[in-house]
Amino acid sequence: MRNKLLTSLVACTALLVAHQASAGPTLEKIKARGELVCGVNTGLGGFSVADSAGEWTGFDVDMCKAIAASIFGDASKVRFVPTSEQVRFTALQAGEVDVLTRNSTWTLQRDAGLGLDWAGINFYDGLAFMVPVAAGIADLKSLDGATICMNQGSAAEVDTRNYFTTHGMTYQPLAIENQESLNASFFSGRCDAITADSSNLAAIRTTAEKPEDYVVLPEIISKSPLGPVVRKDDPEFTAIVRWTLNAMVTAEEYGVTSANVDDMKANGSESVKALLGVNPGAGKALGISEDWAYNIVKQIGNYGESFERNVGAGSPLGLPRGANALWSKGGLLYAPPM
Amino acid sequence: MNTARSSLRHRTRSPFFHPWHNAAITVGLSAFLLYLAWHLWRWAVSEAVLLPGRGAECMQAAGACWSIVQEKWRLILFGFYPQAELWRVVAVLAVVAVAVGISSVPRFWSRHLLTLWAAAIVSVLTLLSGGVLGLRYVSPDQWSGLPLTVVLSLGAIIIALPLGILLALARQSEIIPLRAAAVAVIELIRGIPLVTALFVASVVLPLFLPAEVTIPKIIRALICIAVFLAAYVAEAVRAGLQWIPGGQKEAAAALGLRYWRTQQLVILPQALRVSLPGLINAFLDFLQATSLVVIIGLFDLLGTTRAAIADTAWQAFYLEAYLAVAAIYFVLCFSISKYSGWLEAYLRRSLKR
Repeated sequence: MRNKLLTSLVACTALLVAHQASAGPTLEKIKARGELVCGVNTGLGGFSVADSAGEWTGFDVDMCKAIAASIFGDASKVRFVPTSEQVRFTALQAGEVDVLTRNSTWTLQRDAGLGLDWAGINFYDGLAFMVPVAAGIADLKSLDGATICMNQGSAAEVDTRNYFTTHGMTYQPLAIENQESLNASFFSGRCDAITADSSNLAAIRTTAEKPEDYVVLPEIISKSPLGPVVRKDDPEFTAIVRWTLNAMVTAEEYGVTSANVDDMKANGSESVKALLGVNPGAGKALGISEDWAYNIVKQIGNYGESFERNVGAGSPLGLPRGANALWSKGGLLYAPPM
Repeated sequence: MNTARSSLRHRTRSPFFHPWHNAAITVGLSAFLLYLAWHLWRWAVSEAVLLPGRGAECMQAAGACWSIVQEKWRLILFGFYPQAELWRVVAVLAVVAVAVGISSVPRFWSRHLLTLWAAAIVSVLTLLSGGVLGLRYVSPDQWSGLPLTVVLSLGAIIIALPLGILLALARQSEIIPLRAAAVAVIELIRGIPLVTALFVASVVLPLFLPAEVTIPKIIRALICIAVFLAAYVAEAVRAGLQWIPGGQKEAAAALGLRYWRTQQLVILPQALRVSLPGLINAFLDFLQATSLVVIIGLFDLLGTTRAAIADTAWQAFYLEAYLAVAAIYFVLCFSISKYSGWLEAYLRRSLKR
């Protein structure tokens, strides 16, 4: 009830302000303030987490720092505003934050209806299923007739229903609102499988007593493209955010890493030199300094480095690159040319 | 004495063990409780990673992993307050503890308490925010954890108590428009969930204010909580006001006391004493309700705990973290309710003297 009330409030306020977002060049404001303000998740393993010393880390946090590196040449000139699910878009519209780097799914309704722009997609997520290894289930077909745990009120309920009806399969949903009780229900065997976005499933898996006893099935049945969000009213700032992401992807494509960036700057190919600002042009077009991409790669790393460090093989989540690999390696990441 | 003891024995023995099926239930339940206690002991102590411990041992342990408390206590207690300035929040908690401690001893009850609290509030705000006396400025966005919970709940009580008393008096007033207004305010507030008001104050309000006017989120949350608490305080005080026989007011009038002197000397001292349990109840309610501020992105004690268990490496040990924080809430709430019980008894005694 309380949630419904909040949701409708959010919808109302979001509509109210859809067309009166504050005007003026965002970049000037950020420069005058001396720091970039990013809306981040209040706590999502691997993506935006406060470490034991209270410092924010994670994949989404890296995205924010990279934008600061583009603008200031200094990834530490950031301030993080933790935003809850309910207030994130209004916080952006009201100007409380400059950009949301906070696992927000790009949909038509949000894009067209809220006065917001997705500057790109930095993580392709989607609904997946996890089962106990002992059950011997290898694909979704074998889940016919299964009891499936899912988060109450999430898109998982609708997407699962659509998938199972389309494929002529039956299942028994067990929808639970509280995340901890949801996980406990699955691990205690109350349901045969649990469904959530694949990144979330990996986090749930780490909480198991023996994570190796559980496996995430390879099929992904829904699309949940996540990316940085900005207000619609400032195309110049949107371009900076968009090309910060593209620069990280391009750096990975060219093999430029935080370790070899200085070497590449001196000895790289012409396209590498254009990316790193030796051959000028890109920075001027964006209205920032020419070494913007160099600063990103030097201070944060390329897309792959940030991925591995926070959510990939080098992290507790241990996510495979999957759809988030470069297009040339079978993934979906494709940055337009510089 | 002897009869008292035998009647005591009669009372304790008979319902538990006579007739025989009661005895069976007692034994059965005791065995079950012992079984639970044994399991709890095994989980929490004998098979747990005790302090000081290393996080690496936790995955192997069958029981609890208390290392999360060791690893995350700073984040849970003090949140995002800069590490180098932690002494300031510790000092804030000490100032608050001293001020509360002094105020709770009846011998010290006097006008000087107002001075004490004024000094306490000034020093707490100075210490927390800094920017003067060579202290580094810390933005209110970074106030979190236990200090935030304390500032929000104490701040709310300090604002709400006078406001609530005024509302209660207005509701009892003979001036009809004033009474109607008080009834409207109180009932309106009690009819809205606090979380909705917090949401409106933090998200909707800034859209209607000019861009230059920025009120920190924490102030908006504090005002919201305080106004809500005031409505509940008003209702608790009203119960006390209605308890006082009408003759007292008439007697005060006969002595030539005006309205405010009557309230101050005759009515309120008695009414507040009667409404003490209700007041404490409201305070405890709101101490816990401060955790709702997480919805607007403020991190109170519970919020920082949730932030701590978002760390994937420690996610599996949420139960231990929640238990540790529950212990802090329990100590706070239990001591308040014990103190209020003692205070009621004290006031009753002092009235008899």
